Amino acid sequence: MNHGAVAIAGIGMTPFGRHSPDYSGRDMGVDAARAALADAGLSWQDIDYAVGGSNVSGKPDTTVSSLGLTGIPFVNVRNGCATGTVALTTAAQAIRSGEAETVLVLGFDKHPRGAFGARPADYGHGDWYGQSGLMVTTQFFAMKARRYLDAHGLPDEVLGEVAAKAFRCGAANPDAWRRTEFTPDEIMAARVINPPLTQYMLCSPAEGAAAVVLTSADRAADLTDRPVTLAAATMRTRRFGSFEVFASWLPPGADASPTVDAARATFAKAGVTPRDVDVAQLQDTDAGAEIIHMAETGLCEHGQQRELLDAGATSPEGTLPINTDGGCLANGEPVGASGLRQVHEVVRQLRGTAGTRQIAGEPRVGFTHVYGAPGIAACTIITR
Amino acid sequence: MSSPAPPIDANVIASLDPIRLAGARCAECGTTTFPAQADCPRCARRTMNRIELPAEGVLWTWTTQTFQPKAPYAAPSTGFEPFPVGYVDLGDVIVEARLEADPEALRVGTRMRLVPLTLLVDGGQPVIGYAFAPATGGSA
Repeated sequence: MNHGAVAIAGIGMTPFGRHSPDYSGRDMGVDAARAALADAGLSWQDIDYAVGGSNVSGKPDTTVSSLGLTGIPFVNVRNGCATGTVALTTAAQAIRSGEAETVLVLGFDKHPRGAFGARPADYGHGDWYGQSGLMVTTQFFAMKARRYLDAHGLPDEVLGEVAAKAFRCGAANPDAWRRTEFTPDEIMAARVINPPLTQYMLCSPAEGAAAVVLTSADRAADLTDRPVTLAAATMRTRRFGSFEVFASWLPPGADASPTVDAARATFAKAGVTPRDVDVAQLQDTDAGAEIIHMAETGLCEHGQQRELLDAGATSPEGTLPINTDGGCLANGEPVGASGLRQVHEVVRQLRGTAGTRQIAGEPRVGFTHVYGAPGIAACTIITR
Repeated sequence: MSSPAPPIDANVIASLDPIRLAGARCAECGTTTFPAQADCPRCARRTMNRIELPAEGVLWTWTTQTFQPKAPYAAPSTGFEPFPVGYVDLGDVIVEARLEADPEALRVGTRMRLVPLTLLVDGGQPVIGYAFAPATGGSA
């Protein structure tokens, strides 16, 4: 590992799903933080900087009253579904700049049941947009999937295959929320939410927390013989011509994506290519999103997804395992924590401690990707 | 059908008879937005001129809203019924819209025409919004 590199010294998380009403998002965050510190063999007194993210469950820096009032800087971030990975990116920058040596990164959320609600004014719209019945996130997922499948000659059945794989991985993950397997046919025939998406093709808002301890390469060498390295972490916002949620209009030929920019920059910084990736975690808010993100991140060509799925390539036993812990579909989404759940899973795979879902062949290069409203993406490359 | 109901938003509806959508086009780079807005999202200048958008286009993507959206959407007094929504390519801009159509008959490329759509706002007051319907079988 190079001098100036950043090591992942510890990981911790609570199970995702539904918890007791009096177990707050903040309290989940404290538990995940303590688990990550224990995994690193460190105490809160060793932490000289912290970054936390939550979308709806309060200010992450309030956790210091439980973790310890040590006076360190604690930055709060709030970037939708990309929150956890943006927090990680911010923390890595603090280490690379020399400002910090050992950083806690924390993400948590406790969402109410049901689809995410949103207010038109929060997204720059007048009330007319909501009054017209257009302020619905799942509409967007469905319309983006419809457009993508048609544009690239993919059958709707790929959506059922992606979701079936997610629940198969969830069934093998003791910490997953959805642990019941469904066949692709059962998923295709399930209740339609927004066609072509059925109820099992959309992730649900959930509860949970995840935490990561980052440290400098020098410090990591004192902690372990074989550290896991955060080789690169990058965030991007949308460019002109990107098809995003709550867009009342698009320019002709809209095909830009913040995912393309974030992935490209992350691979370039890490000095690896998509072909080098042994295990990947991609934002799968819905089954269509996993299909789209496979190509937008560079892991395959547009339209190649069907042959990869037919070959079982994206299963844990395949050549390009994707969302090995069940992803958002099987874990649900506590928005602030999702990006760090992905990192948690990749680190376990690279350490060889992923239990019954451990992929074969001593994986060395992991990739994570989150994407969210109003058009943001963040990626990491993690190596060992 | 004539209605005394007002347009849902003056930045959205340019005229009611015939119904036309309001947009804005950048005098510098030609970018067209819907609804009208003051700043160009492409070249970042404040050189947008208000225009009426074309009333016909082709379907770009679509889905059906099967469950009742949260407020500020209000269901009709007769109860919520699923409705299709989509994006319609008007040439210089692709606009998001309610669709008045049988979802089974919709395809990417279906020719669509702008029509008025009565919606309800707070307290059940009717307003005139917009939708697109298949362009066959009617006059433009």
